[in-house]
Amino acid sequence: MSPHQLTSHALLDLFKSRQITPAEAYADVVNRIKTIDPKVKAYVHMAQGEPDFNGAIPVPIAIKDNLCTKGEEITCASRILKGFRSPYDAGVIEKVKKSGGAILGIVNMDEFAFGSSCETSCYGPTFNPWDLKCVPGGSSGGSAAAVAADEAMWALGSDTGGSIRQPASFCGIVGLKPTYGRVSRYGLIAFASSLDQIGPLTKDVRDCALLMNIISGYDDRDSTSVNEPVPDYTKALVNDVRGLKIGIPKEAFVDGLDPEVRRAVEDALNLLKKLGAVIKEVSLPHTPYAVATYYIVATAEASSNLARFDGVRYGLRVQPKSVRKNALVDMYEETRSQGFGDEAKRRIMLGTYALSSGYYDAYYLRGQKVRTLIKNDLDEVFKDCDVIMTPTSPTVAFKVGEKLSDPLSMYLSDIYTIPANLAGIPAISVPCGFAKSGLPIGLQLMGKAFDEEMLLRVSYTYEQNTEWHLKKPNL
Amino acid sequence: MSTFETVIGLEVHLQLSTKTKIFCSCANQYGCAPNTNVCPVCLGLPGTLPVLNHQALLFGIKVGLALNAEINSFIKFDRKNYYYPDLPKGYQISQFDFPVAKHGFLLIKSSGQEKRIGITRAHLEEDAGKLVHDNSGSCSLADFNRTGTPLIEIVTEPDLRSPQEAYDYLNTLKLTLQYLGVSDCDMEKGSLRCDANVSIRPIGQTSLGTKTELKNMNSFRAVKTALEYEVRRHEQVIASGGKVVQETLLWDDEKAQTRTMRSKEQAHDYRYFPDPDLVPFTIDYKIIDGVRAELPELPQAKFLRFLSQYGLSEYDANILVADGGMADFFEAALKEYPQAKKIANWLGGPVLMELNNRKAPLAELKISPKELVALIDKVEQGVISNLVGKEVLTFMLDEGKSADEIIKAKGLAQVSDDSALLVIIDEVIAQNPAVVEQIKSGKPNAAGFLVGQAMKKSGGRANPKKLNELITRRITGV
Repeated sequence: MSPHQLTSHALLDLFKSRQITPAEAYADVVNRIKTIDPKVKAYVHMAQGEPDFNGAIPVPIAIKDNLCTKGEEITCASRILKGFRSPYDAGVIEKVKKSGGAILGIVNMDEFAFGSSCETSCYGPTFNPWDLKCVPGGSSGGSAAAVAADEAMWALGSDTGGSIRQPASFCGIVGLKPTYGRVSRYGLIAFASSLDQIGPLTKDVRDCALLMNIISGYDDRDSTSVNEPVPDYTKALVNDVRGLKIGIPKEAFVDGLDPEVRRAVEDALNLLKKLGAVIKEVSLPHTPYAVATYYIVATAEASSNLARFDGVRYGLRVQPKSVRKNALVDMYEETRSQGFGDEAKRRIMLGTYALSSGYYDAYYLRGQKVRTLIKNDLDEVFKDCDVIMTPTSPTVAFKVGEKLSDPLSMYLSDIYTIPANLAGIPAISVPCGFAKSGLPIGLQLMGKAFDEEMLLRVSYTYEQNTEWHLKKPNL
Repeated sequence: MSTFETVIGLEVHLQLSTKTKIFCSCANQYGCAPNTNVCPVCLGLPGTLPVLNHQALLFGIKVGLALNAEINSFIKFDRKNYYYPDLPKGYQISQFDFPVAKHGFLLIKSSGQEKRIGITRAHLEEDAGKLVHDNSGSCSLADFNRTGTPLIEIVTEPDLRSPQEAYDYLNTLKLTLQYLGVSDCDMEKGSLRCDANVSIRPIGQTSLGTKTELKNMNSFRAVKTALEYEVRRHEQVIASGGKVVQETLLWDDEKAQTRTMRSKEQAHDYRYFPDPDLVPFTIDYKIIDGVRAELPELPQAKFLRFLSQYGLSEYDANILVADGGMADFFEAALKEYPQAKKIANWLGGPVLMELNNRKAPLAELKISPKELVALIDKVEQGVISNLVGKEVLTFMLDEGKSADEIIKAKGLAQVSDDSALLVIIDEVIAQNPAVVEQIKSGKPNAAGFLVGQAMKKSGGRANPKKLNELITRRITGV
């Protein structure tokens, strides 16, 4: 096997036994990118300069285009940020560099993480390594595709409503959204500040635990990061689910759920049961409102977060030749009209409306109240369950272009992932099978706040007893 | 025109003199080269996050307590969304529904009457940057040094009834804030700024008239003048059968008039919502009590104490209290020399004159309370005259030396030696026979003129008491 085909932990073993150097491994992955990426288009650009491999875990890594990395052009896949070179490292990038992490390059995403298909990027779409006619999911589609295509050992993504888990599911890899506050958001270009969380996309659960060890922890530059001790997540990798209670929300198995996905998740359920887990049917009565709530709260915050992209200080600036209103307003309007894509404009307008005087109570305030109800539902279930299991996405990867003109159906692909963001709890997606089309299926486990260890334990046990994670796409 | 009543409310923005900015670790400093006192956070670069400066919060609580306000122990920040090139994030972090302080008041004295001015609220927020407009008019430059300077906005109830009251409120407020040590309150540097809301209504009417908001006043004097102008304008509009239009106006100090900045229709919808980057929290009441315990004595309390404790006149007490530094200096001097009236006279007279001439606060002058007392003592002992004493003060401040050193070095000690004085006196007597005659005919007060003349000849150095004695004895033989 070539180094790029390995998991990160397998590669680390080779480093330890001196069978390969980090620089050789890095070169191998770079070579893989050169060969494969013209088809997959996961990367928007390669990293500046050579990494120094100084650290305990000198593993090649891909970085989503919304994580500020010193000296790199970071654009959130938007024209409006073209030319913005970050003068600083995000908290997670500092941690990755300190661990020796070797940054390969910056990977594609939906513009400002607005989307579930990686198609709204100003760089054009990324393609699913399992079927190049299909989307890799989104918004961390570049991260997921790069890992699935062995163009990175692992990757960092961000998850606001499913943006790590859904592409992980579509690309047949592991993706974890940590508890809100577990990982510093400092340097993550905000989409919706109260929902965003950075997390790992990896080839298996052990790698997920390893990367969590690197990126977790309190950061005094992020007031929402939580000063809780970080456990060694690899200690949670125990092949044993005996006696653990797994909640199955009856609301999850709804119309619109692809029968193949349903069957795969049910098979996983039966396997875990056979391994000793206790399966319980539970109810999350407010989850049918989750998508609507999400699109109020997330767009409201986004409309404010994206206000800073005004052409004044960095990124794109367009000054129309003829004066329409006045030079300043003309510049704002033209810059933002040309700089943002359709989905970004749609969400800015939605969010601006939701916060407007006279509508605030009916939308934003009510949205926050429903959000509390959804969180209460989950808290209630977790009184008697260790994890909650659902599909990650109601369908497997869809065709490029299929849903781009139908935003509502696109929004619904986040139906299972959104509640964890609204409640701030951790959730993981692990591969649980393939559809007849050959496209991967993912299952989602949600856990209690700061109990990533339980998610890793159940996922690890499942993974140790299945072989889905070992399959590779033919490229 | 006296059928109308004026109603004014004021909004004061005060920069708090914390060491660092309110949401980042940049120095809170005035006067740096443009865009040198900035960091990714206060520049609002993508991905950056605010972290509250605890000191700014404590200063906010301090201001609230000094304004007799309730302190909100639930601390929450909100985003005020609007576009302007000096606002790097496209929103200002402010406090909307939970201001740090609310329902307070400030007692002021206006036209001899004490009056209670309600404080609606005081909230914390971040300052914006500054635009510098190029002279050619071709471009504007943005300087973000000021961005993120902590501000507290203090909003009054519409309790002020005249431009003069507004002026008196501002002076009392400024003095109170200076006593707190939370700001230099310097309007020229922009560390204190004031907007005014004004309306008029027929006397007896309880509902408010249509208001206009005035901005861009650069001094308290300008606030008063602008309000006077605007009240007259409202009266004229109504007298001519028109209606006052609700709008925001800019005061033009040179032309002494207001002009429209934006109409009500153009008013922003700020779309306030809780800032998700700053988690709300509750502060322990012990922290609030701690700030309360450290509140300094405020000007009004000090004024009353100076009257009762030291028996000062209202006039003297006012002068001392009007400058917190001077009041402290006074009390320090009093420990060395228990003559309250004498010290107050010196501070309110010669020292104040020196302060005005030098345009410097007392703390920057090269004189300690002990040194001032030593000077007063020299005068009281008759070593130097009152007049020379003032000269000595000037030298002391110029040279940073003690009164004793100055007197010795410049030979300013009073001449009390009879023989030396008699030489001068004989000259004066010879030159003023008419006055001498008056004294001889039983008008001893006329001697004062001769004393003055002799004093002049001595270059102010003669002991006036001694001169008087000697002149009277020389002429009347008594």
